[in-house]
Amino acid sequence: MTAFREVEPNVWELPATGDMRVPGRIFASRELIDALDEKVREQLANVASLPGIVGAAYAMPDAHWGYGFPIGGVAAFDPDQGGIVSAGGVGFDISCGVRTYTTGLKGEEISEKRETLAHDLYRTVPAGVGWGGAVRLTPDELDQVLLGGARWAVESGWGESSELARVEENGCMKGADPSKVSRRAKDRQLGEIGTLGSGNHYLELQVVDEIFDAVAARAFRLEKGSLLVTIHCGSRGLGHQIGTDYLQRLLPLAGRDGIRLPDRELACAPIRSPDGEDYLGAMRAGINCALANRQVIGALVRRVFARHFPKASLELIYDVSHNTCKAEEHVVGGRPRLLYVHRKGATRAFGPGHPELPEEYRAVGQPVLIGGTMGTASFVLVGTAESERRALSSSCHGAGRRMSRTQAKGQWQGKALIRELSEKGIIIKSHTAKGAAEEAPGAYKDVEEVAAVAEAAGLSRRVARVRPVACVKG
Amino acid sequence: MMDAGGIAGMIRVHHTARLPFEGGWAARLRAEARVKFEQFEHGADVGVRGFGSTPAEAFRGAAHALFALLAESPSSVRPAVEERFELEATGLEELLVAYLNELISLSDTKHLVFGDFEVEIRGGAASAWRLSARARGEPFDPERHESTVQPKGATYTAVRVAKEADRWLAQCVVDV
Repeated sequence: MTAFREVEPNVWELPATGDMRVPGRIFASRELIDALDEKVREQLANVASLPGIVGAAYAMPDAHWGYGFPIGGVAAFDPDQGGIVSAGGVGFDISCGVRTYTTGLKGEEISEKRETLAHDLYRTVPAGVGWGGAVRLTPDELDQVLLGGARWAVESGWGESSELARVEENGCMKGADPSKVSRRAKDRQLGEIGTLGSGNHYLELQVVDEIFDAVAARAFRLEKGSLLVTIHCGSRGLGHQIGTDYLQRLLPLAGRDGIRLPDRELACAPIRSPDGEDYLGAMRAGINCALANRQVIGALVRRVFARHFPKASLELIYDVSHNTCKAEEHVVGGRPRLLYVHRKGATRAFGPGHPELPEEYRAVGQPVLIGGTMGTASFVLVGTAESERRALSSSCHGAGRRMSRTQAKGQWQGKALIRELSEKGIIIKSHTAKGAAEEAPGAYKDVEEVAAVAEAAGLSRRVARVRPVACVKG
Repeated sequence: MMDAGGIAGMIRVHHTARLPFEGGWAARLRAEARVKFEQFEHGADVGVRGFGSTPAEAFRGAAHALFALLAESPSSVRPAVEERFELEATGLEELLVAYLNELISLSDTKHLVFGDFEVEIRGGAASAWRLSARARGEPFDPERHESTVQPKGATYTAVRVAKEADRWLAQCVVDV
C-alpha cells in the first residue's frame, strides 16, 4: 500500500488510489506516524472508498486500530451525493464522552480528605463490571430519556438547567426515535442510567497544572491549582445493543444498494433511505442515553462533594461526545454544505463564533477535553478557526492505546501499579486490580505528544494541562 | 419497529429460556473433549478464539474465551441457570458474530455470567446456517468472578471461521 507523505508539518496524506474516492489525511508528528499501526492506514483507505465521502478520510493524532473506522477517525458524507451513514463508523459505545466540572476548590484544600472523598465517589457512582445504577426506570420512562437526554435528567432533578447549554446539542439530541431502538437494547439499559461502566471509563479528580492560554482559561474558569472533576463514560448497554442490531441489519443491504464494503464492520445505508433514517433515529436515542447518563453521574458527584465540602460549587465546563454521526453545516469548496460527520473516537471542536456554542464561550471556541491515563496528564484544549479547514472542526479524544490489554496485563501487576501511583500522589479506586493493569499509563501513547501535535496541526489549541490526584476506574 | 429479539436483517433468533435441564445434553457434554480457547491482542480491545474438531466445538471455545473476560475461569461458573436460543445466518462467520452477540446481550440484560456452552450447527451449502445453543451460568458476582472488562459487542474485525490443518478455528474481536 502507498505510504503517507507529509504535505504540511504534522499533516500526512495517503493519496487516493484504487477504490478510494478521496485521500486519507492524518495529523501526526514523525514519531506518531512511525509508531502508527499499519491497520490504521488500511482502515483509512477503506473509509475513503465509501459513497458520498467529502474532502478526505481523516485520522486524529491519537488514531489507532479500530473496527471499520480507525479510532480517532473522522469522515463526512453528503446526503445529496449518495452519502451514507455507517453503524460501524459510530461504533458500539454511542456518544461515549467526557464532561469536566470546576469545583470552586483548590487542589490543596482537599489534601487531607482526598482518600475519604475518593472512597465516597467510588461508593456512590456505580462502576466496573456488574449491573445496577442509581436510577431504575420503567420502559416508558426510558423512552423519555431517549427523547430528552440530559434535559430529561435535569427535569428529573439531576443537575441544573443552566448546565444544558454546556452540553453538545444543548443536552438534547433532536431527531431521536425510541421506536427504532429494539426492546433488547432498552432491556439492557433499564437499571443502567447513572453507571460508569468498565474498560477505559473513569471518574477523576484533577488539579490544573499549567495554563497555556490565559484568555481561554479565564473563559473556562480554569486557574493553576484549581480542582476539577472529569467523568468519562457512554451509553452503556443500550448503545452497545443499537450498534449490534444495526450492524446486523445494515450488513446485507450493501449489495442491494450497490455499495462495495471493503470491511463488514463498515456496514452502512444511504442517509436518505428508510434504513439510514432508522439508524439515525436509534443512534440519536443512544446519544441522548449517554448525555443523560453523564448528567446523572455529574449530579451524584455533586452530592458527594456537598457531603464533604459544603462550600464546593460544581460548575460544568463542557460535555463532549466521541462516537457520533451528526448533521452539521461545513464550508467545503467555498460553499456551506450539510454533511453527516462521523466522529469515531474523535471530538467535535468548533472554533470561535460558532452559533452552537454557549454565549460565554463563543468568543474563544469550544472546550475540547482530552482524557489522559490515570497516571498522566489530561488536557483542556479549545477549538480554533483553523480546525474547520483542517478536519471539519474535529480534534482528538484521548491518548490512544499503543499496547493491547493482554500485553499490558503481562507487563504490569495491578496491585504494584496502584501502589506506585499512590506513591506519586494518585489514589486509584478500582474494582479490579487486573483491570487497573490493563489501563496502565504505559499502555497508552504519550498524551503530551498527542496534545502538542493537535495544536501544531491546527486542530485545537492547548488551554491547560491537568494532573490526576484520584481516579475511580470502571 | 424491530423484532423482540432485537436482531434483524439476515440473522433470525428464537429464544427459549430457563427450561428444565435434560440429561441427554449433560451426557454429551461429559463425553466432549476439554474446551480449547484463547484471547488474542487487538489494539484497545480483545480477540476471542476457540478451537475444535468441528465448527460447533470452535464456537464453544470462542464463547469460553468471551466469558473469560467476565470470569477469570469460566469453568468455575456454577450452572444454576440455563438459556437456550436458536439463530440463523447466511455464513458461518455471521453465525459466530451473532452467537457471541446473543450471549453478550443475554448476559447484560439478565446480569448473568456463563461458563458452560452447548452448540449445534446445521445447514450450510445452499441453505442458511442454523445454530442451536444452550448456555449455563449464574448471576454475576464481582467478588467471585474477577472480571476486568465488560464486553460491549462482538465485531467482524479479524473474524474467521475456518479449518486450519486438522482443526477448526472460530475467532473475532470483541469491543470492550
